[in-house]
Amino acid sequence: MSADGIAAPPGASPLAAIRAVPRAGWHVATVAATHRETPNASRIELDVDGWPGNAAGQHLDVRLTAPDAYTATRSYSIASSGDSTRVVLAVDKLPDGEVSPFLVDDLRAGDQLEVHGPLGAFFVWRPAVESGDDRPVQLIAGGSGVVPLYAMAHAHADASDPTPFRLLYSVRTPRDVYFADEWRALAAASAPLQVDLVYTRQAPDDWPAPPGRITREALEAAVIPAAERPRVYVCGSTGFVERVADWLVGLGHAPGDIRTERYGGT
Amino acid sequence: MTGHLDGNALAGPLADFFSFDITTTTGRCNACGTVAEFARAMVYMSGAGTVVRCATCDHVLAVLVDTGERAWIDLAGVSAIEVRR
Repeated sequence: MSADGIAAPPGASPLAAIRAVPRAGWHVATVAATHRETPNASRIELDVDGWPGNAAGQHLDVRLTAPDAYTATRSYSIASSGDSTRVVLAVDKLPDGEVSPFLVDDLRAGDQLEVHGPLGAFFVWRPAVESGDDRPVQLIAGGSGVVPLYAMAHAHADASDPTPFRLLYSVRTPRDVYFADEWRALAAASAPLQVDLVYTRQAPDDWPAPPGRITREALEAAVIPAAERPRVYVCGSTGFVERVADWLVGLGHAPGDIRTERYGGT
Repeated sequence: MTGHLDGNALAGPLADFFSFDITTTTGRCNACGTVAEFARAMVYMSGAGTVVRCATCDHVLAVLVDTGERAWIDLAGVSAIEVRR
């Protein structure tokens, strides 16, 4: 991989050029646009100087520095992928957060941020032509955990990848759905995608199920059966991810087929 | 920070120390012998530092302390690592 000018080492596998992810580095990002994604979250588009591109599912770290040199660093999943230096985030405001309230409420076009990335090669999806793996893919999101899964579904559609995709998305209310218009467009695209929603606090009036936390039975009904050996990506709060991962293993999914990413408190 | 995260969160803090991605690197726990990607480990972050625990037996695999000027990594709980190139 030579994304940052460093040649592949001698003897590297030919696959390394395909599998490797660009080296992480610190970059200056300029805010190109922000807008409300949900009542509690903002979509933030960044132009990142020197960004080497990123795979679908990767994250970056944002570092804020106060006038007294105090710094705070937080990780955010990237909603976009590919070679572009335009990087899209969708950030949920945490009530006691140190960083997210600033990003959601105060950030304006033209502001600059320090970002570190792209980060992580584990929670990543690549098109079947690159990965050689055409097993179906099950995405499972809790709340803002949908962001890296959106990047995967978008990359899947962009590549017109024939891999069957299914998303199970647990969200508080209809207003809290991230990328609501985009999901409709992706579901209508040529790459196969089925979207299932679970509302935990308030459902639309005509919704067939009362709002409530996802159950093991609801999960079983809405995910690709273990017999089809899907690759499963789960992202959400720590409690959500651990509950879902335990159920998946109980339903016969191999632990090695389940990739998880937890997000934390502040 | 409430509760724990997982090893995906190590990607940034350790990117400056290793030339490979730590999250897809597998490590062997020297307490229970489990071999797993670091992304699957449990990660506890606080102001004092970061503690990485085995997801199978809770043994401490690694401790990271970063003051900005200096960083210190203890990998005493890991008996071997395998890097995928």
